[in-house]
Amino acid sequence: MAQPIIDIQSITKRFGDLTVLDNLSFQVQPGEKLALIGPSGSGKTTILRILMTLETLTSGHILIEGEQLWHMEKGGELVDADEAHLHKMREKIGMVFQHFNLFPHKTVLENITLAPRLTLGVPAREAEQRAMELLDMVGLADKKDDKPASLSGGQKQRVAIARALALEPKIMLFDEVTSALDPELVDEVLSVMRQLGEETDMTMLLVTHEMGFARDFADRVLFFDHGHIIESGPPEQIFTNPEEERTQSFLRKVLSAGKRKAEKQAAVL
Amino acid sequence: MQQWLGYLELILDGAVLTVQLTVLGCALALFMAFVAGLARMSKFRILRILATTYIEFFRGTSIFVQLFWAYFVLPLAGIPVSPFIAGVLALGLNVGAYGAEVVRGAVQSIDKGQKEAGLALNLTPWQRMRHIILPQAVVVMLPTFGNNAIELLKGTAVVSLISLADMTFQSQVVRAQTGSTAMPFLTILVLYFAIAMVISTTVRTLEKRLSDGLDVTK
Repeated sequence: MAQPIIDIQSITKRFGDLTVLDNLSFQVQPGEKLALIGPSGSGKTTILRILMTLETLTSGHILIEGEQLWHMEKGGELVDADEAHLHKMREKIGMVFQHFNLFPHKTVLENITLAPRLTLGVPAREAEQRAMELLDMVGLADKKDDKPASLSGGQKQRVAIARALALEPKIMLFDEVTSALDPELVDEVLSVMRQLGEETDMTMLLVTHEMGFARDFADRVLFFDHGHIIESGPPEQIFTNPEEERTQSFLRKVLSAGKRKAEKQAAVL
Repeated sequence: MQQWLGYLELILDGAVLTVQLTVLGCALALFMAFVAGLARMSKFRILRILATTYIEFFRGTSIFVQLFWAYFVLPLAGIPVSPFIAGVLALGLNVGAYGAEVVRGAVQSIDKGQKEAGLALNLTPWQRMRHIILPQAVVVMLPTFGNNAIELLKGTAVVSLISLADMTFQSQVVRAQTGSTAMPFLTILVLYFAIAMVISTTVRTLEKRLSDGLDVTK
């Protein structure tokens, strides 16, 4: 097998007395679409936050393309990474957040061009051209001069995706990107992600509660509970024939909840 | 009537000085507010200690005493200061200490998702502050800054104590010469109020212009 693009080696994360991730290891292959599912509080969002360097590790190592993320070599020893090392490593990774986190004081276009101009030194015109291509891709070219406040949730999230893509990361992290959306706005965001999956060879990790989407989008599904991977495998296996009792009971709960929701919506329509 | 016009001119001369003190005092206060407010959140301990010391000292002692120190004690230490400079220093440093806490509070009030988005886009700490946090925080600061500026304007009256001929000083002169209390004090009452109105109108206009798209002030 090729070198994994992400190699997580026995990482542990504690917040005080609470162990969120417990000696966890897994690998992600380049171009792989990985869905992280599990009950809330199971640690799946924390993994994305650690990969984005928003949260530190308590112990363990993470390799991105064979290079240490949270550590660096100094005098033949591994020491904690400094800001310069983290800065370099972050170039490979982009993230989309549950609550969009768009910059409210900037226009849609400025939201997208800000980082390329500041971190990569891309000239203004070039950055704008590239941003317009991305806005075209997410279907929001006509909103370029609007402020985020005037957009719907689904539109905000599509801008946020374009903003992260502008830095051309190899790995994209999607943290419950449709959880804050009204149900009728979920599809427009998922279809942008689907398109990304089809048209690029980007590695994508998504934490999601959209089981239907995880099922037909992901190459592999990891089921988490209490900071452990309980079960992992291709979506057909996890969703139709889960081996573990905990996976089964989780899926029963979310799938029946999803069904109820769908029925309710159908009844309203 | 003729005579009153002459006296009015005297008071207006004082008003010019009051405006100068207010403008320069505010400029210094604004500068100190940002320097000390940001230093207070620095990751370097020494900067935090310096900023906290400054803020607590100038908030914890009266502006009256600070003015006397600037005017009478600094020269003893070999630093000659004119009354005007002493006035600007005392006003600016005093109000700047309050402003520093406003800066800190406003910066910390910005949603932490904004900082995280900046980090995920690989912006440096300074770039995040400059392009993401401060533009939003300034809108939060403005109303309180407006209050502080008006406080500073009213504080300028204490400089008459070190014989600076500001508006209040001049009205005392007029009162002494004419024996009339109502006319000079009514005049400066109106003038202080007018200057304060200019300040609050300016701040409100700025606020409107800068808060476009933000939901902090509606």
